Amino acid sequence: MGEWSDDRLRRAMGALLRWGVAIAAVTAFAGGILYLQGCAGDVPDYRVFRGTPPALRGAAGIIREAASLNPFGVIQLGILLLIATPVARIVFSLAAFVAKKDLAYVASVLIVLSIVLAGLLRERRGAVVPPESFRPMCAPSEASSPIPVPMKAAPEESR
Amino acid sequence: MDLLGLPFLLALGGAAAGLVGSLTGLGGGIIVVPFLALGLGVDLRYAIGASLVTVIATSSSAAAEYLKKGFANFRVGMFMEIGTTLGAVAGAYLAIVVPTSAIAVLFGVVLLYSAFMTRRPRAERPGPESPDPLAERLRMDSAYPEKEGPKPYRVRNVAGGFLLMSAAGALSGLLGIGSGAFKVLAMDHVMRLPFKVATATSTFMIGVTAAASAGIYLGRGYIDPVLAMPVMLGVLAGSTLGSKVLPRIGTKALRRAFSLVILAIGARLIFDGLTGRI
Repeated sequence: MGEWSDDRLRRAMGALLRWGVAIAAVTAFAGGILYLQGCAGDVPDYRVFRGTPPALRGAAGIIREAASLNPFGVIQLGILLLIATPVARIVFSLAAFVAKKDLAYVASVLIVLSIVLAGLLRERRGAVVPPESFRPMCAPSEASSPIPVPMKAAPEESR
Repeated sequence: MDLLGLPFLLALGGAAAGLVGSLTGLGGGIIVVPFLALGLGVDLRYAIGASLVTVIATSSSAAAEYLKKGFANFRVGMFMEIGTTLGAVAGAYLAIVVPTSAIAVLFGVVLLYSAFMTRRPRAERPGPESPDPLAERLRMDSAYPEKEGPKPYRVRNVAGGFLLMSAAGALSGLLGIGSGAFKVLAMDHVMRLPFKVATATSTFMIGVTAAASAGIYLGRGYIDPVLAMPVMLGVLAGSTLGSKVLPRIGTKALRRAFSLVILAIGARLIFDGLTGRI
């Protein structure tokens, strides 16, 4: 492994950011195409705030929905990758500062990383809602409400 | 709403916002929020969620460019990120207790201030006379590329810059914007970084700052995929186009015209907030 000069670190971080944004944008766009094929048409009323369904609020739910090719899940995965891009830059620079034995920056990067991860990985009560309260796919035949029922109403109505 | 209506409208509006944001130097987020909230009547919380995502996309790709060219001082950036991320988390929690009408008024004020800041002439200030021991210890003094070769500079008042950065982070978390104007203020005025370095380093920090509050907003359900995706892609396209076009056209008249638009939007946000329409 070569020496991590500041110049090399700078270039590597730049490349990481560029690729992260590209991958995230392509993923979100692919989800957008799935959405246009399956669910376009009726759009929820964004004038009233109801919040996204619980499954789209945390990493675990988003990955599960994206794996089942739910358009909302795939789009949200792209957004999650986008949020993860600056976080990946922090992790990468942490490794580089460790290799450089630059302790002041190891410490500051660790503080930043823990602040950001605390917000991202915080346990959410919404994440434990049973999957059946969330309609995994939207299809033209059941396009009455492509955004699933709001969180509070969901558990009661599904029973 | 017809079949393909909303996503395309959002993407087009996003592209316009990205273009205006990059031509005025204001950035995308500060235009996306009024576009969604005033233009389309979207709830302010959804607008802020979509804007944060957009801010991460545009600032990360701009930062990649600045890093390649060597303008961004990543040591300053990474140390100051402690302040901006703490501020961003605080701002995201403040957003729960602050009523949306107050957020709209604050947004209008910040928009007007940012527009004022980008219109000011950018005189390079003389560098600091005496070195800041903290900056020396953190090896922040660096150099940036000029036509004549690398130009060295020193950093001063790290503590003062840190405080102002934390406030900028809080505004970013509360309003869903990059708050680049405040970050540049901290580094340009307080820490006396060269203006180009201040701008580049501010952009470098915006992505991490926005990611800190975006994680919280995602968990609260503010980030709606159908709203955020077309806006984000549109703004990304618009601002990329803007940065390509910017060096080639005389932007003076354009800037003036956009400034009037920004003034009107800011006044409208303040008015709607004060009269309780938002």
